Amino acid sequence: MKTWNKIKSWPLFLPVVALILVMAVNIIYDAATGSNPLSFFMISLRNTTTSGTILYGRIIDIINRGSEVAILAIGMTLVVSASAGTDISVGSVMSLCASFMCMMLAGYGVSSTTTLAVPLGIGLLCAIVMGLVCGAFNGTLVAHLSIQPMVATLILYSAARAIGLLLCNDLIVYVRNPSFAYIGAFTGPVPTPIIITAVCIIVVSLVLKKTALGMYIQSVGINAKASRIAGLNSRLLIFLAYMLCGLFAAIAGIVASSRITSADSNNIGLYLEMDAILSVALGGNSLGGGKFNLAGSIIGAYTIQAITTTLYALGVSSIQAPVFKAVIVILIVVIEAPPFKAFLRKQSAARAAAKGVRA
Amino acid sequence: MSKKADSKKSINSNTMLLLITIALFIVLYAGGCIAYGSKGFTHFQTFLNILITNAGLICVACGMTCVMLTGGIDISVGALIAMDCMLLAVGMQKGIGAVPMIILVLLIGIVFGIFQGFLVGYLEIQPFIVSMAGMFFCRGMTAVICTDQVSITQEISPTFYAWANAKVIVPFGGYTNNKGKYMAPYVRPGVVVALIVLIAIFLILRYTKFGRSLYAVGGSESSAAMMGLNVKLIKMKAYMLSSFLCSIGGICYCLNTMAGSVSQATGLEMDAISSAVIGGTLLTGGVGNVIGSFFGVLINGTISSIVKTNGKLASSWPNILTAALLFIFIVIQSLFAVLRSRQTGKR
Repeated sequence: MKTWNKIKSWPLFLPVVALILVMAVNIIYDAATGSNPLSFFMISLRNTTTSGTILYGRIIDIINRGSEVAILAIGMTLVVSASAGTDISVGSVMSLCASFMCMMLAGYGVSSTTTLAVPLGIGLLCAIVMGLVCGAFNGTLVAHLSIQPMVATLILYSAARAIGLLLCNDLIVYVRNPSFAYIGAFTGPVPTPIIITAVCIIVVSLVLKKTALGMYIQSVGINAKASRIAGLNSRLLIFLAYMLCGLFAAIAGIVASSRITSADSNNIGLYLEMDAILSVALGGNSLGGGKFNLAGSIIGAYTIQAITTTLYALGVSSIQAPVFKAVIVILIVVIEAPPFKAFLRKQSAARAAAKGVRA
Repeated sequence: MSKKADSKKSINSNTMLLLITIALFIVLYAGGCIAYGSKGFTHFQTFLNILITNAGLICVACGMTCVMLTGGIDISVGALIAMDCMLLAVGMQKGIGAVPMIILVLLIGIVFGIFQGFLVGYLEIQPFIVSMAGMFFCRGMTAVICTDQVSITQEISPTFYAWANAKVIVPFGGYTNNKGKYMAPYVRPGVVVALIVLIAIFLILRYTKFGRSLYAVGGSESSAAMMGLNVKLIKMKAYMLSSFLCSIGGICYCLNTMAGSVSQATGLEMDAISSAVIGGTLLTGGVGNVIGSFFGVLINGTISSIVKTNGKLASSWPNILTAALLFIFIVIQSLFAVLRSRQTGKR
């Protein structure tokens, strides 16, 4: 019982259990359909005509497809921790950054191109600057005008996608250039998005480990007033968290758009804000701000992707999948809700009391 | 004494927000009339058309206002409308009558609202998270019901078709067209429903115990609790009311579009929230009324009407303009809040 309690209080308990559950569903499904029960874990090298020898397997696919969510989850974790609110504009900002980048790369009004109008670096820089601008916009509203985070980000949630459409002249801009497509393709046998995600995670965790930034953000999230009195610039820290969230949304946008070598403003990052928030919640982080656990969020992100892939494998279409995700979100937040916990504690106390009486 | 002066002051700044809104609507509409007068913008019917297109939104905005008065938010409304429309369309296609389907839709709205309200009120989960999950649930459910676009034609349901095409003639403001025929202005039944809802909610908020308790909860939850109000129950009722009104709105919306599809009413929650905010409802709760929200809807409707009449502007402009307006009004609100806190600080 004691060890069980210890395991239960482990911060990564919730995401790991969820991940194991998803794997179990996959194994059972594979066994039931008559294929190799362990095919979920198989990783092999395959030769393809388009990109040479590549790693192949369902896990690789999940890690690859989960890159965007994982990248978004990093920024979302910081925002949730610092401001006790979520940034719901990330999906739209992704789309805006991708549209802006492709517009720069292809030139305004061009719908399909194989040659780049400006060097790739400038296009990427544009996307990142756009992400930072969006982050700064959200950050200003939240930190300096003290507007509830969700309402403040609602503005860009609705406007960013529309602005992206405007930048692309209502077209889907295709940039079929190998140097651009490389970001969403393969580096050697490994998919490039995996490498980008790994770099993002390593850099952020190093910064959080080696500097006091992580601690500052947590303390602002726990009590903004107290940390301001203690000498922290709360507003600047919240602002910074939103800037970083915008930056990561931009990176995710670059990856997503490079994967399909186009800027499909209406579909890039659609519903991804939900996945990002879900990963943060699933990672065992309180949506009420304060302490955060980056590793949890990232495992959470890949768990979400595993759930999505599993749902598709089970034959659920992509527009029906939100039902299951919504149910999972509600289950998680209900389990985490203080009144529910208090109710459970009361129940177990009552049971213990009943036992005591009987004895 | 000072208390009285206080409330007077806060009423003043709130009425000012409402006045700004009404003035903005008049300016926008007058601008539209001047710019597109030749395209028929000056006709009374254009104004009525805005009402016809936005009948659903008016109901939704009323519900949204009630929820926002308690300091919460409900972003599931757009998806709930999509689900309602899909249910109506598929149900009638399966041969169920219009009336039972409408009752079913209203019941679903109430149950859905109770569920959301329970999570927000009794389990104290953030309204945004709850209603976002609700939004994805409804959107996904719509796809589960049917992934195709289903239209409601005359063959499927003659009753519903007749309602949708019924004209309620407005006795004034007609004009004679160039063939010398008198064109009587009309509205659709949905508008009548929406206006009844608007007036009912206005009266409820103003004159009933429940309505005033919404303001009390939004103003300060702890003092409302100390006054002996059941805060949890009131919050739950607010969400129930919102989802119920949203279902009524969904029926009005369906009467207008006569179809159900998965991508229907996307972003409607945004329109409803911005209407309420533009109409002077404070996001922090406790201040606002449905008349303001009504004008907010009219402003939104005028913007999209102008963009449509222009014909050359990209379809994403209404979205951007609404977001910009929302931005401006949120900033004004927060500036008011800062000013107010400074004033009380001085005293």
